[in-house]
Amino acid sequence: MTPRPASRSADGAESTRTATTTLDGPTGQGALVVEHLSKRFGDRVAFDDVSFEIGVGEVFGFLGPNGAGKTTTVRTLGTLIAPSSGAAIVAGIPLIPKNGPAIRSRISMMPESPGLYLRLTVTENLQCFAGLYELDDVGGRIGRALRAVNLDDRARDLCGSLSKGLRQRVALARALLNDPAVLFLDEPTSGLDPVATREVHELIASLRQRGVTIFLTTHRLEEAERLCDRVAILNTTLRMIGRPDELRQQLFRRSLDVRLRAPLDDPKAVFAIVSEVEGWEQTPAGYTLTVSDPDLAAPDLARALVGAGADILSLAESRHSLEDVYLELIDEDVEAKAR
Amino acid sequence: MSFSWTRVAAILRKELRDYRHNRFVIGTMAATPVLFITLPLIQLIAADVSGSTAHLSLRIGLSLLYMLVIPVTLPSVVCAYSVVGEREQGTLEPVLITPIRREEFLIAKALAAFVPTLVVAYTVFGIFLAVAALFAHPVIVSAIYAGPHVLVQLLFTPLLAGWAIWVGIAVSTRSTDVRVAQQLSVLGSIPPLIIVALMSLNVIPESTALAIGLAAALLAFDLLAWRVVAAMFDRERLVTGVRA
Repeated sequence: MTPRPASRSADGAESTRTATTTLDGPTGQGALVVEHLSKRFGDRVAFDDVSFEIGVGEVFGFLGPNGAGKTTTVRTLGTLIAPSSGAAIVAGIPLIPKNGPAIRSRISMMPESPGLYLRLTVTENLQCFAGLYELDDVGGRIGRALRAVNLDDRARDLCGSLSKGLRQRVALARALLNDPAVLFLDEPTSGLDPVATREVHELIASLRQRGVTIFLTTHRLEEAERLCDRVAILNTTLRMIGRPDELRQQLFRRSLDVRLRAPLDDPKAVFAIVSEVEGWEQTPAGYTLTVSDPDLAAPDLARALVGAGADILSLAESRHSLEDVYLELIDEDVEAKAR
Repeated sequence: MSFSWTRVAAILRKELRDYRHNRFVIGTMAATPVLFITLPLIQLIAADVSGSTAHLSLRIGLSLLYMLVIPVTLPSVVCAYSVVGEREQGTLEPVLITPIRREEFLIAKALAAFVPTLVVAYTVFGIFLAVAALFAHPVIVSAIYAGPHVLVQLLFTPLLAGWAIWVGIAVSTRSTDVRVAQQLSVLGSIPPLIIVALMSLNVIPESTALAIGLAAALLAFDLLAWRVVAAMFDRERLVTGVRA
């Protein structure tokens, strides 16, 4: 049996439950509370023991490789799939079968594929969904939703005549019709060109400003880093959760990258002068030093290097992207499975 | 949250709007009646009334049977598309994530096939009666109105359509391919028509009491089929392809 990696919270504690900075909603709970949720299809585990909490108005990124269980998690929280075990509260309502219609009336989901009726116009598509949500002031709501996605001039167009990017915008307008308490976006920029992707990003950013709680599944890491308050990394189990900078700090020790015109004759002696340096290694570009506090270490290190006669080309704190965090965790999983 | 006719109406309106631009549905709704009214009318108008009564009765029964093929074929072809078609288009998941209940979804899909079928079938039957009255021999016209012929048409048109609709939706719910669903759906819709055929062809002696009895039985089967289809409609399986 392969060891199962425990999820790691941003504060460093390994656990299945994570400390979160939750904004209280009207019910006194987060917009989404998930506790030890699992889903199995026969012997196959889609996701296992997933726990997290999302505050009202938060944009929460849900990352993971293909087959990690992201979409299944979203479908479970959207009441399309019954969980095998665990509990959740979605938009203030417990996730149990009899609450399905009530939960679905308070949430919206934009699946990876827009799923529009291509033989109907944009307005006709939205009218259908306004009816399904039993909304009043249908015309007004459709107008506001289309304005929110900058599509009010295409209301009479057949959806089949729209580009993929525009269809994605219509799907987003559809998801906004019922003013959802939680909006699930499943790979919203999948297959879009850079311009359309940027437009969707801008829309998500504007929704965030309006205080909409967004659950964003993606494997575009730069997208998550740019848009999300917090992210969770899922690979069947929840591997890590927290703000992107917290995850970086948690996973990677703080370090300084030094580039010099020429290698030092005795680096060990030079770096020993600086008390904050905890370790170092030579890289093709220079040296990387693990330090306790980069702000304190950098001036001392610069003085030590100048004192040793080195020509400093650059001296800066190492930057780890969310992609580094992601790859580190996924590599850990691959190694764990190999063992 | 209770059963909502607003949600039913939303799906029904969408379906009817979709039909307008769907060449396949328009083609089926137009071609089927033309096919099934032309042949029986030719048979009746060209019929030799000097022959035996049994032969004439058989010919009339056969002509009227054609009329009942319409409420079987039309909805079974349309309904076979109703669920698997939405799955193929990727439109099913966005609908299922709304508050709609499966009963509402199924009733809406059924009505979307039932209403046009009734309109087409009764219109075609009306045209059949009118043309027969104008061009067929008076003996034939009076034979059509005699006995339970008209009652059978009026009673069995919605009941056969109902059966075909639930068979079509059931097959569509379980299928992964629209064409296979349509073929299976038409096949599954035929059995009740056989009973009606036996009556129309005088194999089973036709009477008003028998017609009403068979209609009641078919109504019971329709209601049972609705319960079975509702039980078969599993969101999880439809979305993931895996049984819950």
